[in-house]
Amino acid sequence: MRILLALLQKEFLQIFRNRTMLPLIFVMPLVQLIILVNAATMDMKNISITVADMDLSSTSRLLINKLEASPFFKLEELSINKEDAIDRLQDNKTDVVIFIPNKLEADVNREGIGKMQIITDAIDASKAQLSFGYLSNMIRELNLSIAINQQSLPNLNQIKSEALYWFNPELNYKYYMLPAIMAILVTIIGMFLSALNLVREKEVGTAEQINVTPIRKSHFIIGKLVPFLIIGLLELTLALLVAKILYDLPVNGSLLVLYTFAFIYLVAVLGIGLLISTKSQTQQQVMMLSFFFLLVFVLLSGAFTSVDNMPYIAQKLNRLNPLYYFMNVIRMVLIKGAGFSDVFLEIRSTLVIAIISVSLAVFSYRKTT
Amino acid sequence: MIEFKNIHKSFEDVHAVDDVSLRIEEGELFGFIGPDGAGKTTLFRMLNSLLIPDEGQINLFGLDPVKEYKKVRQIIGYMPGKFSLYYDLSIEENLQFFATVFGTTIEENYHLIEDIYKQIEPFKKRPAGKLSGGMKQKLALSCALIHKPRLLLLDEPTTGVDAVSRREFWEMLQKLKEKGITIVVSTPYMDEAGLCDRVALMQNGKIHAVAPPSEIVSQFSDPLYTIKVKNNYKSLQALRQWEFCENVYPFGETLHYLDKRNNVSADVIEAYLSSQQLTFDKVEMIQPDIEDCFIALTHNVG
Ligand SMILES: Nc1ncnc2c1ncn2[C@@H]1O[C@H](COP(=O)(O)OP(=O)(O)OP(=O)(O)O)[C@@H](O)[C@H]1O
Ligand SMILES: [Mg+2]
Repeated sequence: MRILLALLQKEFLQIFRNRTMLPLIFVMPLVQLIILVNAATMDMKNISITVADMDLSSTSRLLINKLEASPFFKLEELSINKEDAIDRLQDNKTDVVIFIPNKLEADVNREGIGKMQIITDAIDASKAQLSFGYLSNMIRELNLSIAINQQSLPNLNQIKSEALYWFNPELNYKYYMLPAIMAILVTIIGMFLSALNLVREKEVGTAEQINVTPIRKSHFIIGKLVPFLIIGLLELTLALLVAKILYDLPVNGSLLVLYTFAFIYLVAVLGIGLLISTKSQTQQQVMMLSFFFLLVFVLLSGAFTSVDNMPYIAQKLNRLNPLYYFMNVIRMVLIKGAGFSDVFLEIRSTLVIAIISVSLAVFSYRKTT
Repeated sequence: MIEFKNIHKSFEDVHAVDDVSLRIEEGELFGFIGPDGAGKTTLFRMLNSLLIPDEGQINLFGLDPVKEYKKVRQIIGYMPGKFSLYYDLSIEENLQFFATVFGTTIEENYHLIEDIYKQIEPFKKRPAGKLSGGMKQKLALSCALIHKPRLLLLDEPTTGVDAVSRREFWEMLQKLKEKGITIVVSTPYMDEAGLCDRVALMQNGKIHAVAPPSEIVSQFSDPLYTIKVKNNYKSLQALRQWEFCENVYPFGETLHYLDKRNNVSADVIEAYLSSQQLTFDKVEMIQPDIEDCFIALTHNVG
């Protein structure tokens, strides 16, 4: 126990004396949250929309009025024919084209169903998806108001009930991205700092001196783990504060759930970081390997794209990806207000990863060669 | 007693330690003398349990470093060749850390390090990275001693340290030896060999001789000449061509020369040099020192 305390004291002394690390720990969250959130956030306002209205009826008028009133859309032009509208889409002059065929109102009145077409520029897939979502929502509202107008036909239209925006009613994309960036931030701090710290001892040669002492491998690894675990939790706190102050991020769930998970998560990532450094000889190797893992974790995690749209294999791989679980938990807790029972699976899986990675790190640290 | 029995260690294609067998008595100040790459560090790292020998056994006061590494680590004070303390911790913090890690306190064993530590104590708040070479060495020695080891294992402790500090350091070792600590030290400096009780001459992983330094010198029976010449390089070439030359090598400012014949005199050598149109100051028979012995031993093998 005294040995462990001596190790911890030593690590903290070194961390607080490190003139590059300390500012990094505290400045990074600010910069990341300010710059990255804005860069990663898609501005979902002012989606340019072109309507090719063949019908020119009161129903189509109703839709156009709604579009004009919406803050999300900018109605560019009312084009008369479909080809012109498509050309505009191809020339990048508009993001979405709505084609209203000329018998829409007549069809609705006669058969209870009318068809129209929405064409989106899907190069930016998530933007396309979101615009489509907005529009379906809007058309659903339109359906309802038609239904109200024509009460004689209650079962008037196919009503798509799209629940996409339940937890983010204003479709604030920032609320989606902020938790993701915070999760990535905590991961970087945890994985890189611990891994670099351990391999530095090898590079400088202090590991050689440590290895001839009676310090146990497990104590040595715990000595590296605890300080960065605390720093990681501080980092999360700092990020939450910054997000709250700058972006008024909602905190709908219990922070206890979030911190409990973050604790387990950090142990898992620190274990991976330390494992990387026990297998490396230089800081350069550690950087390369950590970057590789970080990139894979982030891309798979669903930080920027929905995991549901990923190939089957990627979804399977995510079971080994601690960041995937963290991404789920942080979003669920902050935005949806999830409790312990909602994130039970995530906690369990991450706990398994944590136990395995730390055991491997202890096991593969070699005092003797 | 420390005993190496037929120790081998290879790294890929390098045979770093090649069949080393020797015995070091308890309480001895024992030196491994050898040039870069001789295998001194490799041998030390096997003794202190950091490296496992490919073949052979080591007996360290009755312990096997491979199996009983935990006990071995308690009784060895190791000072690696490269300064390996924490640069960003102060003198005091480093010493405190190593004392705690070995389950002891600075106070408990202060008597052991007092002479050494007193010299750096005025700077105890200074980070280890900001110390001079000599001060670093004293701190490293203090840290290696703080748990009262039975064996002090010092790998090239005086490399990169000025001449005055080197002398002081050896005086400190003598004092520690008087306290009953067995000291094993490696050095590339031949002049330090004379300060050890016994030395092992090592090259290319092999031990060429183990004996007290005086004995090694007295075993050297061939007459040795020192030659002071104007042009070292030309004279060296000329002497090497000579049919009676056993060995000739630069030694500081002069050349050292060994003849194949048993009873040559300085005059014969002078005559040869003159016949080669070489100007010389003086040719003189001298007593060999450790370095000459080392060169002779490795020359015969090579
Ligand atoms: N980890 C290693 N991997 C590969 N080769 C090694 C390793 N350690 C030592 N060697 C090689 O083994 C040989 C002996 O090295 P060693 O460090 O034991 O010599 P030394 O006598 O301590 O030399 P120096 O005075 O340079 O410290 C050298 O040729 C060295 O290159
Ligand atoms: Mg060496």
